[in-house]
Amino acid sequence: MGVTNYATFGVLMNIRRRKFDSLVIGAGGGGLRAALQLAQADANVAVVSKVFPTRSHTVAAQGGINAALANVLPDNWHWHMYDTIKGSDYLADQDAVEYMCRTASKLVYELEHAGVPFSRLENGKIYQRPFGGQSQDFGGAQAARTCAAADRTGHVLLHTLYQQNIHAKTHFFDEYFAIDLIKDDDGFILGAVVLEIETGEPMIIEAKTTLLATGGVGRIYRTNTNARINTGDGMGMALRAGIPLQDMEFFQFHPTGIAGKGMLITEGSRGEGGYLLNKHGERFMEKYAPNAKDLASRDVVSRAIFTEVKEGRGVGENGDHVLLKLDHLGADVVKKRLPGIRDMCLTFLGIDPIDTPIPIYPTAHYTMGGIPTNRHGQVVVPIRHSAEETIPGLYAAGECACVSVHGANRLGGNSLLDIVVFGRAAGNHIIDFLKDHRYHRPINEASIEHALARLSRWDQKGDGESVDGLRSELQKEMEDHCGVYRTQDILDEGVKKIQAIQKRLPDVRLTDHSKVFNTARIEALELENLVEVALATVHSAAARHESRGAHSRVDFPDRDDKNWLKHTLYYAQEQRLDYKPVRMQPLTVESFPPKERVY
Amino acid sequence: MRFSIFRYDPDKDQKPYMQDYELEGLSADTMVLEAITKIKVMDETLSFRRSCGEGVCGSDGMNINGSNRLACITPISELKKPIVIRPLPGMPVIKDLIVDLSQFFHQYRSVKPYLITHDPEPEIERLQSPEERDRLDGLYECILCACCSTSCPSFWWNPDKFRGPAALLQASRFIEDSRDQATAERLSELDGPYRLFRCHTIMNCTNVCPKHLNPSKAISDIKKQLVKHII
Repeated sequence: MGVTNYATFGVLMNIRRRKFDSLVIGAGGGGLRAALQLAQADANVAVVSKVFPTRSHTVAAQGGINAALANVLPDNWHWHMYDTIKGSDYLADQDAVEYMCRTASKLVYELEHAGVPFSRLENGKIYQRPFGGQSQDFGGAQAARTCAAADRTGHVLLHTLYQQNIHAKTHFFDEYFAIDLIKDDDGFILGAVVLEIETGEPMIIEAKTTLLATGGVGRIYRTNTNARINTGDGMGMALRAGIPLQDMEFFQFHPTGIAGKGMLITEGSRGEGGYLLNKHGERFMEKYAPNAKDLASRDVVSRAIFTEVKEGRGVGENGDHVLLKLDHLGADVVKKRLPGIRDMCLTFLGIDPIDTPIPIYPTAHYTMGGIPTNRHGQVVVPIRHSAEETIPGLYAAGECACVSVHGANRLGGNSLLDIVVFGRAAGNHIIDFLKDHRYHRPINEASIEHALARLSRWDQKGDGESVDGLRSELQKEMEDHCGVYRTQDILDEGVKKIQAIQKRLPDVRLTDHSKVFNTARIEALELENLVEVALATVHSAAARHESRGAHSRVDFPDRDDKNWLKHTLYYAQEQRLDYKPVRMQPLTVESFPPKERVY
Repeated sequence: MRFSIFRYDPDKDQKPYMQDYELEGLSADTMVLEAITKIKVMDETLSFRRSCGEGVCGSDGMNINGSNRLACITPISELKKPIVIRPLPGMPVIKDLIVDLSQFFHQYRSVKPYLITHDPEPEIERLQSPEERDRLDGLYECILCACCSTSCPSFWWNPDKFRGPAALLQASRFIEDSRDQATAERLSELDGPYRLFRCHTIMNCTNVCPKHLNPSKAISDIKKQLVKHII
């Protein structure tokens, strides 16, 4: 920042500028649901996405979306709320959870009205299947709360939301990469500097509000279920804008990734009646979760698999995985309810789950933490007076955000729900914000220069490390130092390793300096985000001296509500940590106080 | 193992050319996407689209040994060597394996790929029997990878006028949906010599679809419906 030199002055004069009421960054389910709300309210909305919208990672969600429709078994939103809070190991904010669970049914009906081809029951209603961590009557019998379109629920949801946005005439900037937020001296967010990937030209999008909906960051781990695009770009932008990330130590390892490869096998396969076996053919989940068994919470099942393998009961030549058995379900159920994962097994393993169990192992899957928001999608940070002051003009929704409705462990089926509930809520709040803020504020040129410098840094030529080399190292170190089970020594070492990687970032050089569709440059910009977010994750994990949800400390095996019933906040500047209280007070019902969590 | 890959950077190359790369030690279950990702580590300038890596997002459609396929679910073991990789045919090339899909998406948008209803919305879900829902199987799973439309000679000649198999599959997905109330409009919109009837049942679309869908059948179903509609 500071003095404008002639070179950048020229760029600033010539750079393309577009103006919208509202900017949405990211075109997965969260971004598209928000954009739809805005476009239907006649706001002028632009959606920027680094990939064509239907390539977004929402497309890969399989099992379904939770809502207490009670189409199959008795259910109500309050039981869903209880399960979500218990699943979160009491770290979720109870006002946000109440809001999400109360809204769920309405929003699933809305999706159905918009055209989502849900599977159907004989009576014509939406098909629902049991999923992990679901109960009737506050911890009673298994519930069936997950609304599904076979095992392609994310696909149908994303495509339908994209189609509705076509209908609503939303402006799309496909294959534009967001570099950084534009911020003025009063703390308002005024849009973003983006890069048109096809031409290699930067562009400024001015907007009265900006919503980050850039998804999760599974790519900080080597073996993960995530798309290659899940590089935490919005989280990186937030950190660079001085905004902290919340609860990053809570990273979900999905129990059933294809062993050694990582592709997701839906929890719906256990919801349909599948179960896990060790090398003795034992249904081992009975030991770890006598009631819920294979449908315990994901953190519980992942730890159980890890323990089975570690104690020598793993399957295969190296004893490094367990089996997911579906062959007793019958060909009809597998073909009708789980066709996508059957395809995946045939393609990647050459086996048919109709007659052969699937080798599986826990795999990095979901970022519970993220950009701190309230239940309106407004980004909230401690500034002066409280722990939750809003940043005017800035919103976040979906996996990149931390409302927090998932706390320390997300329940299956709650992430598709999260994106539509809080995408829509953010859209609604933005509509109100636009009524009070009718004009664009003057743009801050210094902030633009800063973003352009981030881009031009990659024009440096000469010898240096490669993007791929440093990224592979980062992913390996995160896997080795910040996995399912954690100890102080290993985490401390992890912090040092990732810090060392961060120090080497300035030495990385590109060999490709072309302009047109330079994907190497995009990967370099993504690597910067990955490193920032990995640091946030390992720092937050090293500091939390308890076990809660997905954060399992061998050296602190118990949950410690006295000292640790609080949210972590990590700031990139000085790599500083701060904490804020959990919102224990729901909107209308009584609080669920922490109690022992057994399944 | 040799890969022969189509290269073109509009800023630097007068015309496209094929470049050979050698990769050693690939295991039999390696997919083409992993292989070209390894090549990109050696040569950063090689450009292609990719995202999910498991055949559900539709980013990495390309022409592999003469056939349009998704790189991420095509094992190298089933391919003749050397493996020849080109961009999807018939579309303008932006760079290397990346084509301009504007026409493709324009045709997709033209079929109004969204549910159209006129009745007030019920306070719960609209009911649909399992049998009615089954009619969408084989239609709703399309991932818009463009493998079908860019393998279709009719689409190559008339990408501006013929909707192409992918868009027509979408049209069929809504025509077949018991909840949709715009069947007559949808059929009328497809009438005429080009939009639907340029399909000459060459069947390339069905042969290449990586999701094993059958656009050709969808097109003939629409044709039947349209005949009924006109009569």
